[in-house]
Amino acid sequence: MAPKEQPIETRTIAVLVDNEPGVLARVIGLFAGRGYNIASLTVSEVDPEQGLSRITIITSGTAQIIEQIKAQLARLVPVHRVSDLSSEGPHVERELALVKVTGRGNKRVESLRIADIFRAQVVDSSHDHFVFEMTGKSEKLDVFIDLMRPLGLVDVSRTGVVAIARGPKGL
Amino acid sequence: MAPAQMTGSQMLLKALVDQGVDTIFGYPGGAVLPIYDALHQQNALRHILVRHEQAAVHAAEGYARSTGKVGVVLVTSGPGATNAVTGLTDALMDSIPVVCLTGQVPTHLIGNDAFQEADTTGITRPCTKHNYLVKAVEDLPRIVHEAFYVARSGRPGPVVVDLPKDVLQAKGACYLAPGEVKHRTYRPQVKADRTTIEAAVEMIAKAERPLIYFGGGVINSGDKASRLLTRFARDLGIPCTSTLMGLGAFPASDPLFLGMLGMHGTYEANLAMYHCDVMIAVGARFDDRVTGRLDEFAPHSRKIHIDIDPSSINKNVVVDLPIVADVGRALDALLKVWKARGHKLAPKALKAWWKQIEEWRARDCLKYTQSDGPIKPQYAIQRLYELTKDRNAYITTEVGQHQMWAAQFYKFEKPRHWMTSGGLGTMGYGFPSAVGVQIAHPDALVIDIAGEASFLMNIQELSTVAQYGLPVKVFIINNQWMGMVRQWQELLHGKRYSQTYMASLPDFVRLAEAFGAVGLKATRPDEVDDKIMEMIETPKAVIFDCQVEPEENCFPMIPSGAAHYDMLLGPEDKAVKPVSEEGMVLV
Ligand SMILES: Cc1cc2nc3c(=O)[nH]c(=O)nc-3n(C[C@H](O)[C@H](O)[C@H](O)COP(=O)(O)OP(=O)(O)OC[C@H]3O[C@@H](n4cnc5c(N)ncnc54)[C@H](O)[C@@H]3O)c2cc1C
Ligand SMILES: Cc1ncc(C[n+]2csc(CCOP(=O)(O)OP(=O)(O)O)c2C)c(N)n1
Repeated sequence: MAPKEQPIETRTIAVLVDNEPGVLARVIGLFAGRGYNIASLTVSEVDPEQGLSRITIITSGTAQIIEQIKAQLARLVPVHRVSDLSSEGPHVERELALVKVTGRGNKRVESLRIADIFRAQVVDSSHDHFVFEMTGKSEKLDVFIDLMRPLGLVDVSRTGVVAIARGPKGL
Repeated sequence: MAPAQMTGSQMLLKALVDQGVDTIFGYPGGAVLPIYDALHQQNALRHILVRHEQAAVHAAEGYARSTGKVGVVLVTSGPGATNAVTGLTDALMDSIPVVCLTGQVPTHLIGNDAFQEADTTGITRPCTKHNYLVKAVEDLPRIVHEAFYVARSGRPGPVVVDLPKDVLQAKGACYLAPGEVKHRTYRPQVKADRTTIEAAVEMIAKAERPLIYFGGGVINSGDKASRLLTRFARDLGIPCTSTLMGLGAFPASDPLFLGMLGMHGTYEANLAMYHCDVMIAVGARFDDRVTGRLDEFAPHSRKIHIDIDPSSINKNVVVDLPIVADVGRALDALLKVWKARGHKLAPKALKAWWKQIEEWRARDCLKYTQSDGPIKPQYAIQRLYELTKDRNAYITTEVGQHQMWAAQFYKFEKPRHWMTSGGLGTMGYGFPSAVGVQIAHPDALVIDIAGEASFLMNIQELSTVAQYGLPVKVFIINNQWMGMVRQWQELLHGKRYSQTYMASLPDFVRLAEAFGAVGLKATRPDEVDDKIMEMIETPKAVIFDCQVEPEENCFPMIPSGAAHYDMLLGPEDKAVKPVSEEGMVLV
């Protein structure tokens, strides 16, 4: 079957890298240069002593492309490990959003009520605005943000997805 | 005793020597002055001054490919580094181990658009296997040793080490020997997994129409891998075909060898590929020049693929049995298990397969007729082969028709004697590469089989050749055209020869003389042999202007996007087989 006819899959991939200069550029350059898709990418140092960072990437492609993406990531010199969380068993994905809503009166009350239902925290407020902090699955954040739209939504900042495998084993 | 105080430049040179380096190809400039100063005060390293940084990298590639060692390049910041980019990309595509040292502006000026500043690590990130910016002299020894380790391990490739001037001048007592440095992450898998080897042996044992398809990875793996490949093929009696990059890994004179496959491969190799039932791919990467139309590529075969780089596996072609390992190790294991199990290929089937192959071979797809008229390019290369085959010659090429004819007509018996730009197809590769080969093998016969257009792309290296008295031979197949492009225009673009005629070519004989070399010219077939002998016997550099039939085409040819059975075998063939619209989009 030609690659085009294969179904497209979405995968969450965790990459443990040496926290050296340019490592993120290498990963992003790999995706851009080879035409792979990035739906979300997050990175942060996770072990300052060992100098390790963890990159979480959500990408999509045919099974053959996904295999290529993993092989291409693994051959980058500063990469320690590549783990395909989607295929290696159950895992947890979370994202954090900061959502700013401006308004007075009914809309303001309504936004607070919805935030309460979604268990969002108020992290900043004045008489005419709230900043909500919300953590959860990306889809849940999407719904929350959509609901805020008619209520005076002015600004959204999202972290992108972080993910970890369920169970006692580490990466 | 405490380690001695050294400058960054001194540490760099010491690290090179400790890595076994004896030769550097380079070109000076402001940012690397401290290195050149240190070079001036030592004798362990020889510096070869090229005339363009691109040529420095190609020379290092030729040096590396012909010796199995890492090639080393030294260039200045900014334009020195950007000029090296083509060479680095070439080395990346063809898996050639090179360490390229680039000068950089002092650390406190980085990012200020300083004089001759370029973001070298940024620019070279996609065209190197890895690169480093050395920010402190304490890191320098480790990074240099790591660079060599990365360049030569696993799938080899180019590594850039960017060296700010202040780091080169800083002093420290921090030198580390190679043995004190261990890479934190990079550990390529070289040993084959036992159960996959056993599965491969069983798959091969059931084959009726087996075929070995080998490539540059065999050469990368080392001479032992070539010997094992030869043993394996001979013990089992399996036909073999090579990619452009694999030529020489298996002796071309062996009847098991079907020649190169792919776009300009032989009829027998391509048809054997189409019809085989078990394919053993050894250190080859299923390039589009080889596979042609993917859904018609060896459609009846089960495929075993030995490759050290997991990203080469299932990239273009899905295989049944991947073996991630070094070629040499994998073949060694395969042979042992094969012997231990006492397998033998079914003789009847193998005989029938060979009978079929011999029929294809009898088609004699490379035949041409040399009349009294102009020299046929094929004839020139065939004569060159016949007259040099017992002289252990090293052949490099430029890019174009002459390169393909060289691959078809020059028969290589041993690895590391064939240097060509396959993946990037860089015109201008062959001449500087020959410089590198000649430096590595001062007494050898080194010949660049060139096209006149390609030769003009790095012709300034005549000056390097003169300076070091290198007896490099440039054998120009002069057809006055960018022949390969002209061929495509003839076959695919209605003979509209847009911008491919090489007007105003120099008089190559006088050009040679201007650089203290010897110029020879041949225009008639009956003078080719004598002139080639004269070239071989001249102890100096020679430019041989072999003026050939201008409009000769290179066949067989599989047009882009066509299947292996859709070969154009000669000029008569093109009328019946129009090239598809779809194929025209491809390169
Ligand atoms: C004008 C032109 C026409 C061309 N026409 C043809 C043609 O007709 N036929 C043809 O074959 N080519 C042709 N080429 C060349 C083509 O573009 C490719 O460069 C070539 O086919 C690739 O060769 P390869 O598969 O041997 O791979 P290489 O580029 O040599 O790659 C080597 C492979 O081996 C692996 N490897 C490296 N080291 C090891 C090791 N130690 N152990 C195991 N594996 C290892 C690598 O990971 C890689 O997958 C042409 C080029 C040009 C410029
Ligand atoms: C640097 C570079 N530019 C352009 C090309 C495209 N190209 C491929 S072959 C060729 C013509 C080569 O002509 P010549 O060196 O005379 O060799 P011939 O094909 O005539 O044997 C060209 C322009 C290339 N491969 N490399």
